[in-house]
Amino acid sequence: MPDSAVSAGSALAAAGILGLLAVLAAVLDGFLTARAAGGGPSGLSRPVGEVARLMRQRRRTTVAADTLLWRIGSAGLLVMALMIVTVVPLGEWTLFDLDVGVIWFNAMDVLAWAFVWLTGWGANSTHSLVGGYRFLAHGLAYELPLMFGLVAPAVAASSLNVGTVADAQQDLWFVVWMPVAFLAYGTGILAIAVWGPFTPALGTDIAGGVTAELSGVDRLVFQGGRYALLAAGAAFAVPMFLGGGAGPLLPGWAWALVKTGALLAVFVWLRRRLPAVRPDLFMEVGWVVLLPAVLVQDLLVAVVAVWRT
Amino acid sequence: MITHISFWVFAVVAVLSGAAVFWVNSMARASYALALSFIAVGLQVLLLHQNYIGVVTILMMVMEMAVMAVYMVMFMGMNPALMPMNMVHDKRHALAAAVGAFLLLAAGAVLIPWPARRGTPPAGVTVALGEELMGPKMLVMAVVGAVIAATIVAGVVLAAHRTRYDRLGDDLRRRPANDPQPGGVGR
Repeated sequence: MPDSAVSAGSALAAAGILGLLAVLAAVLDGFLTARAAGGGPSGLSRPVGEVARLMRQRRRTTVAADTLLWRIGSAGLLVMALMIVTVVPLGEWTLFDLDVGVIWFNAMDVLAWAFVWLTGWGANSTHSLVGGYRFLAHGLAYELPLMFGLVAPAVAASSLNVGTVADAQQDLWFVVWMPVAFLAYGTGILAIAVWGPFTPALGTDIAGGVTAELSGVDRLVFQGGRYALLAAGAAFAVPMFLGGGAGPLLPGWAWALVKTGALLAVFVWLRRRLPAVRPDLFMEVGWVVLLPAVLVQDLLVAVVAVWRT
Repeated sequence: MITHISFWVFAVVAVLSGAAVFWVNSMARASYALALSFIAVGLQVLLLHQNYIGVVTILMMVMEMAVMAVYMVMFMGMNPALMPMNMVHDKRHALAAAVGAFLLLAAGAVLIPWPARRGTPPAGVTVALGEELMGPKMLVMAVVGAVIAATIVAGVVLAAHRTRYDRLGDDLRRRPANDPQPGGVGR
């Protein structure tokens, strides 16, 4: 049994690292929020206060709620993030070195469609259901660019294995010569975390949307899941676009963590820098601008890949 | 051993959640029971070392069920989908047909004399399976894929009641277009 004992230990370690990154993201967001408000405390302890508040908050109940689906939806984002990091290599270690890791990421990221909508559905509340449909409208626009964005690194590396994709970037990071794919990927990550421009699903104009009736621990795991998804998305971008653990002096795992932290900080920072995108208007942007641009990117990458062999 | 036990657990989950589609009384629960059933099947395929097909099954089916739940709730007549509703029509005949079909297929799977394995599995089992299923018809299948996509687009174009003359005027010169729902690009 030593093997499974080791893998159980590293699974816990991976979950711990993801949790730590999510907490750091929440702390950074608290700091940026306090700075934007101006004056007052630094905001660094804001996540701690919020966790304490939600842990002792009494659960709100609604009439004829679909409790089973509601709980599944609100807890699901955190599970998604944990499943994503299983295929991400950290230095020489990978928890679940699947030969089709890129498709695995894709299968996990479409779960957001299910979980966010179910969170909106379960409460049996109009506002939260409207929020769920706003998310799906965003989903129709971001999902295909995200998928085709992931095609580019896989084609360039001729592999769906995440470690092999990372190793294929010894000379030049993929983000340098496939920036459009990286942009589509980043947009997708912000979207599955319902973050920044994709917050209309949680909009104040619909009383918090998907989260309108969420309270207590359910709200805590939903919001924690959003930070964890940002962290998992940043971690997955490192082997796909940012050269994996490549870098001078430091060992591979350290570089992977540094790059993940830096990209995560950018994701968190972008929240206050980008306007919210209206679901109905973004639909056309996704299909008329983003998708063709990513397809052209894939074509260029494929031509280069064929030419090099 | 663990593989065998997991395979059986996934099999039971797949069958039970498939049956749950007809027990539950809400569109959302029926859709996601079916999604759970497909996820269990995808995990079984993963246990068979068909990694690509297993993961793609999970990917496609979760997305399909999400889309199905959306459209069923949106477009069911007079929107009973927001209320509890029965998932079965013509209960007795449906039950008989379902049980009969299940028994027939299960009997086939159990009673057929399965051939013993000859040789060892090839390195790329997914490639081998694709060759076995498609073989020399790969070109036809690739062409059919493009034809299906073109048919879908043509069907939507023919079904849309607004044409480019409604959008852009008789001389096709009206800018921006007159759309009931403005787009984000400003065409």
